[in-house]
Amino acid sequence: MDKTTAPTSATQLILYWLIVGTPLAWGVWKTLAKLPALLQ
Amino acid sequence: MSFLDRERIIAKPGFSRWLVPPAALAVHLSIGQVYAFSVFKIPLTQSIGITHSVPGDWTQPSLAWIFSIAIAFLGISAAVFGRWVEKNGPRKTMLAAACCFGGGFLIAALGVAWHQLWLVYLGYGVLGGCGLGLGYISPVSTLVKWFPDRPGMATGMAIMGFGGGAFIGSNLSLTLMDAFKTATSTGVAPTFVAMGAIYFLFMLFGSLIVRVPPDDWKPAGYQPPVQTQKLITTANVAVDQAWRTPQFWCLWVVLCFNVTAGIGILEQASPMIQEMFPKVTGPSGEILKKGISATAAGGFVALLSLFNMAGRFVWSSLSDYLGRKTNYIIYLLLGAILYCLVPMSGHLGNHIAFIAVSVVIISMYGGGFATIPAYLKDLFGGMQVGAIHGRLLTAWSVAGILGPVLVNYLRVYLQQRGATGVELYAPAMYLMAGLLTIGLICNLAVRPVAARYHYRDGSPSNNAPSRPTELTPEHSSTR
Repeated sequence: MDKTTAPTSATQLILYWLIVGTPLAWGVWKTLAKLPALLQ
Repeated sequence: MSFLDRERIIAKPGFSRWLVPPAALAVHLSIGQVYAFSVFKIPLTQSIGITHSVPGDWTQPSLAWIFSIAIAFLGISAAVFGRWVEKNGPRKTMLAAACCFGGGFLIAALGVAWHQLWLVYLGYGVLGGCGLGLGYISPVSTLVKWFPDRPGMATGMAIMGFGGGAFIGSNLSLTLMDAFKTATSTGVAPTFVAMGAIYFLFMLFGSLIVRVPPDDWKPAGYQPPVQTQKLITTANVAVDQAWRTPQFWCLWVVLCFNVTAGIGILEQASPMIQEMFPKVTGPSGEILKKGISATAAGGFVALLSLFNMAGRFVWSSLSDYLGRKTNYIIYLLLGAILYCLVPMSGHLGNHIAFIAVSVVIISMYGGGFATIPAYLKDLFGGMQVGAIHGRLLTAWSVAGILGPVLVNYLRVYLQQRGATGVELYAPAMYLMAGLLTIGLICNLAVRPVAARYHYRDGSPSNNAPSRPTELTPEHSSTR
């Protein structure tokens, strides 16, 4: 059986979401750092 | 049967559909980099001079064409290759998008290294633009098929990634340029090479994990509603029929004007807030009003990007409950009112009100992008929604030119006649409100698609879809 289409495990779900979520969180975090200047 | 074929990626029993959004996000977070291309503008104008522009260096207007060509080819490729995308499935399309987008960066890197601007146009603009178009529509149509119960939320997730890609793109570009910069190089060419490789790998990951549902698949416990809303069809319309319908062109105008209005603000955000709220000094030089600094304006742009991203998910998810037409009435009607309030906030000198109005406008700009695939699915069915979406994206190409041109040219025209501050932007804001009102009228004119356009199995008049077996019994009539 093709491993990639085997029933989904929770680990696989968490791993995939982490792979795409981490760079997005990094980008948002770096951008949020620019906001205090606007609020001053 | 090739590893890339649609038949090889049909999900087996037990596969969770929640594995598909990460595949879509991997592609959209990558191609969303295009929104952050402006961070290369200044370094590219100093390719020869390194620390400052010298004769022979590229000018800003000539560099502005890179972004415009990329967006134009996004729309063109999405329209031209839409049917190919539906036929070949998401894995092959996402891989093609990865090759185009990554390869576009590599060719552009050669253009920078050899100081040949036409190579940058060809690489990032034409080839990269095709990567944008293919990468944009493929995951969207796949998600619509995986989430028939929540199409708005599903497409919102993917298209939110396109907005979020700007955060990654801008910070990654700046980090890499800092790392590669030397006394004799701005570091742009090696940054392009590195970004081409990184984005190729990230998009490749998406193409490897993406799956399509079996033809007769439905979410557990989901029953398509028997008595549904009037605008939600259970029939299908082929792409070559869809764009002959008045509904397609109504939505084309809606998308075009909603994007024109939003892009007009996004593109001018930094100078606009600084010019509308300038520093005011007294006769003896004392500061009467602090005004908005360039750094604070950078924070404003960041805030707009956040709301642009969040609006895509929030508004689109909300459309599953409110209905697509109602959502667009809100975007266009509330948008028109808010555009009229922008100059007022400037006249009052209230920058908090200006920021509050702007972020709502931009959230609805993002929401407009994210809700349109679900609106198309409601009207034309899911059979070729990716291809239809592709053709509708030509509206984005037009708006990408129209929005900045309207705001910029009006501003220059008024400046030449002595206008300052709020007066530089007020007419453009009222013009945008007018465009949104036209969009509102078009949205109100949207009715269910006439039965003569519906796809019937084996009908030679309709271009046969790639997967006619998708026409399950519940797709046989319009309610």
